[in-house]
Amino acid sequence: MTDRPAGHPIRILVAKPGLDGHDRGAKVMARAFRDAGFEVIYTGLFQTPEMIASAALQEDVDVIGLSILSGAHMTLFPAIMDALKAVGRDDALVIAGGTIPATDQPAIKALGVAEVFGPGTRLQDAIEFVRAHAPVREDTA
Amino acid sequence: MTTSKPGLVAQVRAGRIPALARLLTHIENDTPVGRAAFDALYPDSGEAHLIGVTGPPGGGKSTLVNELIRAYRARGQRVAVVAVDPSSPLTGGATLGDRIRMNEWHADPDVFIRSMASRRFGGGLAENTLAVAHILDATGFDPVIVETVGTGQDEVEIARLALTTLLIQVPGLGDSIQTLKAGSLEIGDILVVNKADRPEAIGLIRDLHHMKALAESHPEGGWDPPVVKTSALKGEGIDNLIHAIAKHRAWLESSGELAERLRTIAGEEVAARVRSEWRRWAEGSEAGAELAAFIGRVADREVSPRQAASDILEQLTKPAR
Repeated sequence: MTDRPAGHPIRILVAKPGLDGHDRGAKVMARAFRDAGFEVIYTGLFQTPEMIASAALQEDVDVIGLSILSGAHMTLFPAIMDALKAVGRDDALVIAGGTIPATDQPAIKALGVAEVFGPGTRLQDAIEFVRAHAPVREDTA
Repeated sequence: MTTSKPGLVAQVRAGRIPALARLLTHIENDTPVGRAAFDALYPDSGEAHLIGVTGPPGGGKSTLVNELIRAYRARGQRVAVVAVDPSSPLTGGATLGDRIRMNEWHADPDVFIRSMASRRFGGGLAENTLAVAHILDATGFDPVIVETVGTGQDEVEIARLALTTLLIQVPGLGDSIQTLKAGSLEIGDILVVNKADRPEAIGLIRDLHHMKALAESHPEGGWDPPVVKTSALKGEGIDNLIHAIAKHRAWLESSGELAERLRTIAGEEVAARVRSEWRRWAEGSEAGAELAAFIGRVADREVSPRQAASDILEQLTKPAR
């Protein structure tokens, strides 16, 4: 992995897909990423797959963090990954958080979600993961 | 994998949104790709009406911008927004939370919204905000709306860089003395009282009118900044605001002020670029030894900092022999 050049902070979208209103986890992560020096685009609650894809496209983010506590992850994640592909942003690093049972995690990862951070995750672990895996896309169009 | 620079510019010219989004990152990060593309695309800009929106944090700027998008879309215009939020002075990180008020346009290909962190530039903008706005202008968006960081009394840069500046005020932040103070109140082309559905708004509107009445009347043919009441959350007063913006644009054109402002903006931008090029030189390795020598002489009290600056400038601008 090439080093990220100075003056090119990691841009990360933090969004809550679906219909659950529990945004504390997303806000905790947004705050942690901000404090890690990332630029966090926070789009908040009730995001559809198309909203997430549109924001990822226009904001040209490196990373997408999705927080979901509704239990609808097996429905929403395939739709989100399809929507990202449709706008050509399936090159972004996608990570997930919230209540995703261990039994579902292999299927979620098979869709292209790089890592799942459940309850009890150390903030530093999520930050380090993003730092290590955020794509460096500087000279690509 | 790698696409050449002209490829990116050509794609942007062809209206490809993924290329545009990618290019804006290059512009924001001031990469070589971004610099070359900016040079290539700048001549295509200058058509869009550039609207600045500034005012206090939580004053409803983003919600108002969302309503402006709605109004301009209803008129069939393609709208771009650049929304700036502050970077942390401690970590450099940022939470960009303006877009959250504008989520409803995600399916509209004629609305483009981009968030920018201020990266500690100051004045309520990021260093490359205007360059981003120029690219959006060059790509055919009109108007291009620039929303500043939440501002206080003294951030006035946007007024020197926009064609029409909306200064958002909200009720409940002070008495009539606040409206007497110098600073941001002087720079609004349109004074917008948002949250005007609140009872305290009456006092603010009165104070703003009084403040204006305390000054000598505007010269014949000059611009008299109107006070426009809005409630962005309820979508009220937006037509009046759009009308006031159109009226200001018409005045800019008929008075000759438009050409004047475009020249002022260009001048500000050139000066800013000279400053940043200078900083780039000073921080670069090739300047290191030379600069260190100057700094050493200042630290040893051989020359004053002012004298050293003059000497450095002279050396930089001297034609090579």
